[in-house]
Amino acid sequence: MNIGIIVFPGSNCDRDCAHVLSDIMGQTAEFIWHQERSVKGMDAIILPGGFSYGDYLRTGAIARFSPIMEAVVEFAGRGGMVLGICNGFQMLLELGILPGAMLRNRDLSFICEDHYIRVENANTPFTNHCKPGQILKLPIAHAEGNYYTNPVTLSALQANAQIVFRYCDREGKVTSQTNPNGSLDNIAGIRNAAGNVLGLMPHPERAAEHLLNNEDGLYIFRSMVSALETHKTPQPV
Amino acid sequence: MKAKIYITLKNGILDPQGRAIQQSLQTLGFGSVGEVRIGKFIEVDLCESDATSGEQTIKAMCEKLLANTVIEEYQYEILEA
Repeated sequence: MNIGIIVFPGSNCDRDCAHVLSDIMGQTAEFIWHQERSVKGMDAIILPGGFSYGDYLRTGAIARFSPIMEAVVEFAGRGGMVLGICNGFQMLLELGILPGAMLRNRDLSFICEDHYIRVENANTPFTNHCKPGQILKLPIAHAEGNYYTNPVTLSALQANAQIVFRYCDREGKVTSQTNPNGSLDNIAGIRNAAGNVLGLMPHPERAAEHLLNNEDGLYIFRSMVSALETHKTPQPV
Repeated sequence: MKAKIYITLKNGILDPQGRAIQQSLQTLGFGSVGEVRIGKFIEVDLCESDATSGEQTIKAMCEKLLANTVIEEYQYEILEA
C-alpha cells in the first residue's frame, strides 16, 4: 500500500511513521511536503505529530490552511483513509473533519508518558485487528489534548460509536483518575461519522517494534493495511 | 486603520490557565479576586479606509483563522488611522 505522510514545518513524527510503515511493515511510505497540492496515488494519508508552525495561534490552526489540505479534505470526502496522530488530530479538528476542539491540559503541563487506552470500537478500519475492549499501552506527548465538544455533539459521538479510544487504567477501567489531561468523557481518539477518518492523541508510531519493547501501536497500522487490502480507496478520475 | 482583537474561551469552558492565575492572585493576598480568564490580544494593521469593509474583513479573519469558535469568542475594536 502507498501511504502518504504529510510533512509540515515542525512535524517531528513523520519519520517515525515512515519507519514503522516501510521498515517494520513492508509498505510504501511517501513524504508529501505541505506545499504540494495532490495526494494522487495514495491509498491512505497520515497527518503526523509534532508542532506544525510552532503551534502558533492554536495547535493545528495554521497547518489547516496549508496548500495540501484541500487535497486531503477532498481525499477524505471520497472515503479515503486519513489518520491524524496528536498534532494531526488537532489539525483534523481545526479542519472540521472531526468535531470538537482541544483545550490546554487540565493541569497545564506537557504530558509525556505511556498511557493505557481502551478500544471502544473495534469495528473500524483503524482497529479491526483489536478485540472490543482491548487495552493498548501507547505513549502520549502533548500539552493540548483536553478534548472538548458541546453536549449535543458528545451525545452524537457516543450514539454513533465514534469514540474509538478512551483513557483507562491497566485493567481497562475508565474513570476521572485515569484521565491524564481532562479530556471530555476520557476521549483519546474519535472517528468521523463515515468511519474513514480517525484522530487520536496517543502515538502508535512510537510503540510499534520489538526493539522498543512495545508493539501495541502495530494493531492500528495493521488494521489500516488490512482494511486497505479489502477495500482500496477510490482514486479520482 | 488598526484593529485590536481580543480572543477568550467561551463562558462555561474551563480555562485552566485562568484558574491557576486566580489561585496565585488569591494566594498573594488579593482576596477580592473572582474568576480570571486568559485570552489572546492581536493587533492588525489594515490598509483599508472604509470602516464598514474594514470591520467585515476583521470579522472574517476572526471566523476563519484567529478564533476557533467551537471554544472561543472574540471581540474587536477598530481604531481609525
